[in-house]
Amino acid sequence: MWKLFQIEVYKIFRKPRTYLAFAIITGFIFLIQLGLLVNGKEFLGFMLGTVNDMMEFNAKDILNGYWVCFAILNLLLIHVPILVALVAGDIVSGEAAMGTLRLMAIKPVSRAAIILAKFFASAVYVFLLLLWIAFISLFVSLLVFGSNNLMVAKVDDLRIIETGDILWRYCCAFGFAFIAMMVVAALALLLSTVSKNSIGPIVATVGIVILCTLISEMEIPLYQKYIRPYLFTSYMLGWKGFFYINYNEDNETIRGSIENLPAILKSIGALLAYIVLFVTASVMIFKRKDILS
Amino acid sequence: MPEILRVQHLTKKFSEFVAVDDLSFTVNKGDVYGFLGQNGAGKSTTIRMLLSLITPTSGSINIFGEELAAKRSTILRQVGAIIEKPDLYLYLSAYENLSIFARMSGITVTKKILMDQLEMVGLAERAGSKVETFSQGMKQRLGIAVALVHNPGLIILDEPTNGLDPQGIADMRNLILHLSREGGKTIVVSSHLLSEIEIIANRILIIDKGKKVAEGEATALLDPSKTIVKITTADDGYATGQLQASAWANNLRQEKGIVLLMHKDDIPSVVAFLIERRVQVLAVTPQHSLENYFLSLTNQTGHVEAFSN
Repeated sequence: MWKLFQIEVYKIFRKPRTYLAFAIITGFIFLIQLGLLVNGKEFLGFMLGTVNDMMEFNAKDILNGYWVCFAILNLLLIHVPILVALVAGDIVSGEAAMGTLRLMAIKPVSRAAIILAKFFASAVYVFLLLLWIAFISLFVSLLVFGSNNLMVAKVDDLRIIETGDILWRYCCAFGFAFIAMMVVAALALLLSTVSKNSIGPIVATVGIVILCTLISEMEIPLYQKYIRPYLFTSYMLGWKGFFYINYNEDNETIRGSIENLPAILKSIGALLAYIVLFVTASVMIFKRKDILS
Repeated sequence: MPEILRVQHLTKKFSEFVAVDDLSFTVNKGDVYGFLGQNGAGKSTTIRMLLSLITPTSGSINIFGEELAAKRSTILRQVGAIIEKPDLYLYLSAYENLSIFARMSGITVTKKILMDQLEMVGLAERAGSKVETFSQGMKQRLGIAVALVHNPGLIILDEPTNGLDPQGIADMRNLILHLSREGGKTIVVSSHLLSEIEIIANRILIIDKGKKVAEGEATALLDPSKTIVKITTADDGYATGQLQASAWANNLRQEKGIVLLMHKDDIPSVVAFLIERRVQVLAVTPQHSLENYFLSLTNQTGHVEAFSN
């Protein structure tokens, strides 16, 4: 299994397509950073809207590396699944299309081991992709925009997190994002297992994520009550919870606090359950699959 | 010779379509076993079942004395294969491809082992080149290196000369003979070309529409004096019963008449045998030699009933 895992990781990182995702994400983030560097004040004014009229904000204080990273994550974490699907959706079906899958399947390794090795190898890819996003969106932003308190807008209020209380929240948020992206990777793996070409699973994964996200976000009571709890996308934005800080009686934020930890843990549990479900289904299907191509 | 491969009553259905129908055969140690049939006859499906790529609908496959379904990994450690064309990672080099599949085969991989293998197939100088730059023949040679790198006892080659130029075909043929004679390997090789199989195989199995048509020593099966004879009687059921108890039982099949593979000189004896047993013989029609029979299948110009011994 360890040997297979090493081989799978090696194959992923020898494919040019893998680096395409890193290049796309880098380009995206640099564009956002450049835009905020040039027109950050105007953007903030637009974002704050009427709040800006009621309270006085110093744009220079708000527009710091931590805030830029938060803005980038809000914009990008919806698009990262596409890049995850690009690699994970190809991981079995790409080999089937190339014909190497049958060469693998006649080697003395179990089919379950092949699928699990592929899943864990895609986890390495997702981890490194998020690490790269973290590096350029957080550390490069801190270098360019400097560090200060982080202002987070919620539906009904604004919360300020002190500089020394932010970094661990980002670590947790990226950890959460990793689990969320692994659900997408597991779904792409499942679709890849039943497909014979690589494009189908990639498009299908992205399509399912978009559809489920739309349903999750729709404020329609019927959907919210009966469908939303069963959609994995309903739990994918739980990373924001790490930035919702508690207040004390004096209306001061409590350092190190999280407003609703049980909700975050529930989201993590639900996402892990989806991962187990998708991977188990992939293994079961692949074990019984007749490999013709 | 000890038995290396035993297939019993193997059947594979894809929905209603029967790709392989109750196929049984054995391959002994040291055999070059030719697996012959026209395109779509069920050769590739059978070979995929031998390599556990496809699950049989029914029947059993026993390799090296063990049941494939139960001891898959142990058995596949000793099996090397090329399935039709050599499918390799085009974005990796020859060396990387070989290294990946050697490691998956469960052997300890050293640079020397891999380079020796590439040397054997004449690709040592291109070890670092990406496979996407290779010709079909070079890919096939690399496929052979991949199939042989773990020194398997049984080698299964499905249409190994597909897409090769005449020189490539000759090289492949020589390699198979070398592996058999010098290396003592047991080889199962499928082809739709009789001319290809008759040169290399010592035993032959012919299948058509998933069914066994004939099996036996190549020299005996391809003996031009042997012919397929169709006998029509007033009561084929009774006549078949009589023949089943005779010396011709192994050469017999009853399907819309009685069909026998036999020496031409034996035709009067068979007729006499039937008449002695009060069988009304209506017609005796020599059909083809087995070679012509197979050519008729592959050329799609004619067809006779399936034949089995």
